[in-house]
Amino acid sequence: MEANEILAKAESLRNGLSTGFRDEIVKSLYTEAEQIAKRAVKTSVDKKYDFDQKIDRLVTSPYTGLPIMLGLLSILIWLTVSGANVVSGWLAVVLFGIGDFGRALFNQIGAPWWITGFIWDGVYLSLAWVVSVMLPPMMIFFPAYTFLEDLGYLPRVAFNMDWMFKKTGAHGKQSLTMAMGFGCNAAGVIATRVIDSPRERLIAILTNNFVPCNGRFPTLIMLATVFVAASFPPALTSLVAAATVVGVVLIGVAFTFLASWILSRTVLKGEASAFTLELPPYRKPNVSRIIYTSIIDRTIFVLWRAMQTAAPAGAIIWILANVPIGDSNLARAIADWLNPFGYLLGLDGVIILAYIIAIPANEIVVPTMMMVYMGAGMMVNGPTSNHAIFDLLVNGNGWTMLTAINLMLFSLLHNPCATTIMTIYKETKSVKWATLSVVMTLGTAIVVTFLTASIARLLGWV
Amino acid sequence: MSNTKTVLPTEHCETCPAFTQLEQMGIKVGDFDRVIALAGNPNTGKSTLFNTLTGLKQHTGNWPGKTVTRAEGGFEFNKIRYKLVDLPGTYSLLSASQDEEVARDFILFGQPSCTIVVTDATALERNLNLVLQVMEITQHVVVAINLMDEAKRKGIEVDARSLSRDLGVPAIAITARSGEGIHTLLGAVADVIEGKIDIKPLRVSGTPEFQKAVNELVPMIEQMAPGIPNARWLAIRLLDGDARVQKALTTGELGDIVSRQQRADVQFSGKMSVEGRQ
Repeated sequence: MEANEILAKAESLRNGLSTGFRDEIVKSLYTEAEQIAKRAVKTSVDKKYDFDQKIDRLVTSPYTGLPIMLGLLSILIWLTVSGANVVSGWLAVVLFGIGDFGRALFNQIGAPWWITGFIWDGVYLSLAWVVSVMLPPMMIFFPAYTFLEDLGYLPRVAFNMDWMFKKTGAHGKQSLTMAMGFGCNAAGVIATRVIDSPRERLIAILTNNFVPCNGRFPTLIMLATVFVAASFPPALTSLVAAATVVGVVLIGVAFTFLASWILSRTVLKGEASAFTLELPPYRKPNVSRIIYTSIIDRTIFVLWRAMQTAAPAGAIIWILANVPIGDSNLARAIADWLNPFGYLLGLDGVIILAYIIAIPANEIVVPTMMMVYMGAGMMVNGPTSNHAIFDLLVNGNGWTMLTAINLMLFSLLHNPCATTIMTIYKETKSVKWATLSVVMTLGTAIVVTFLTASIARLLGWV
Repeated sequence: MSNTKTVLPTEHCETCPAFTQLEQMGIKVGDFDRVIALAGNPNTGKSTLFNTLTGLKQHTGNWPGKTVTRAEGGFEFNKIRYKLVDLPGTYSLLSASQDEEVARDFILFGQPSCTIVVTDATALERNLNLVLQVMEITQHVVVAINLMDEAKRKGIEVDARSLSRDLGVPAIAITARSGEGIHTLLGAVADVIEGKIDIKPLRVSGTPEFQKAVNELVPMIEQMAPGIPNARWLAIRLLDGDARVQKALTTGELGDIVSRQQRADVQFSGKMSVEGRQ
């Protein structure tokens, strides 16, 4: 029996059926379900349900819904920023202290300078940086985020943002995948499987990178704290820093909308499709489950991945910084060569070099950058306070407010990390879409930073 | 449980550990005797039940669509080893989004020994639509009426016996979060697989002319792909003009999809540690 024969037979049988046969099947399915349920279920008056509905009326109202959402996001980020600053300081002192000890020990036993340097100033320093910069924000962000997720808040976010996505021609469930992107963009890309239409799913995949993942939050937090908040009284530091990060996140969301809008009018033309989304009841989150999920599965997983790329990156930078070229070194020379391009974007050559080395994982951009600066400045150890970082960047390497702001923008908008690109390729099974995801984001980052740098310079701000 | 033919398991098993034994086996699923699929509407607690049974810590989240990939784990019940496959939540098996396809392909081609359809006691009517659709594909079905604690708080009572009688398959009230009713559920699963319970799954038939068309197609499909377990359902899908099933038929995918699914099952266990993290 041939497949085509069966298909032809099915076709002719289908044509022989009365036109409403599909509706008949669905109708009999629903009627059956209704009758069975009617016989099995008894409902009495319920109070809890009313209470849930009262909360939902506030949380999903057209007036209070968005402000509540913004408020929760701000609280989440404020908790992360203020907590992370404290813990990061302690961790830096301890970890860099271990570095000093190890270096002294190696010197004492007479190890050659290049072994001491490679291990302690290269590999170890990079690891210590990654851990002290990344671990604290994740330890606070992930549990708080998982709490909201278990409570049942995410579908309400989708409900509130549905109309905006619809206007851009994208799917309302994209807000769910966008929310997942805050944890990790690769996870956000996988989560797009909940979107039925291939067109809208592609939009969600391509724009997911515009929300900063936990690999990029530490960069944003550090820059916001060290630069933007530095000119405010200490009591306000974490508040201003948090407001800055919220602002950056909102810019990311704005770019998500803009890119979705452009995509759905050019390469991915089409109308937004309708869908149903259940608002599940609020459920009491399970504390031990939250701790397990957020610490073991999320924090440790992301940190471990970062450490795996940080160690070789540290080694590469140390080697680059210790290959002499005249009275300079290879890292400096490459950075100098990249400098004109960096300058155009309001950045500098070291930052561009750091981004190239950090392609496998965005998490290590700041450590990489710092190490190149330090290698050039012959500093022995990492700066442990915000003041020291400010001093190294501004007085040592000519940073301005424009550098900080444009680095935040670049970090927000630039290409996805290697893991995310691979995930996009696996999910779309297409080199074309994976490439577009890189070109689109990197292009946006370059254009936007170039514009802000040019405008700032024209107006004489820097 | 005795060897006599049980009509439906009663509540007594659950409180007497002497009768039944559950041992969580995590991801050690290399050797197993039976495969069980967990299907159900989104956000009905499939992953919670999965975690309770296997002792694994698959992410659960209170939003529909949390599970987009299949997760697998193992447990041992009354000395029989089971492999449990947690499927993405779906409202129906008719549409073609990717998470629904994962669920549909597994129930259809993975040939699980039994499929547990997890339903939400507080929204039974909507959940039953999927139950009916799963019963179209396979007759080895047990319905788990989950979230009984939530239903009680909302003043909703569900009569499991009435449901079992109407559906023709066992329906067991459980609360996956606390583990209540789990032993009864597993007892029913074992009974269905061993044929100790008479299952007469309700089939929604549609109009007589439709029935006749289905009956004409079924033998043709069986002749083309001998051993295909769900010819009736495939015939219905072909009459409906399901592009995915049509494609599976023309590319010959239908013929070797069974063996491919089995191969994928072996590979999947290793991949889970990477992809299962979301």
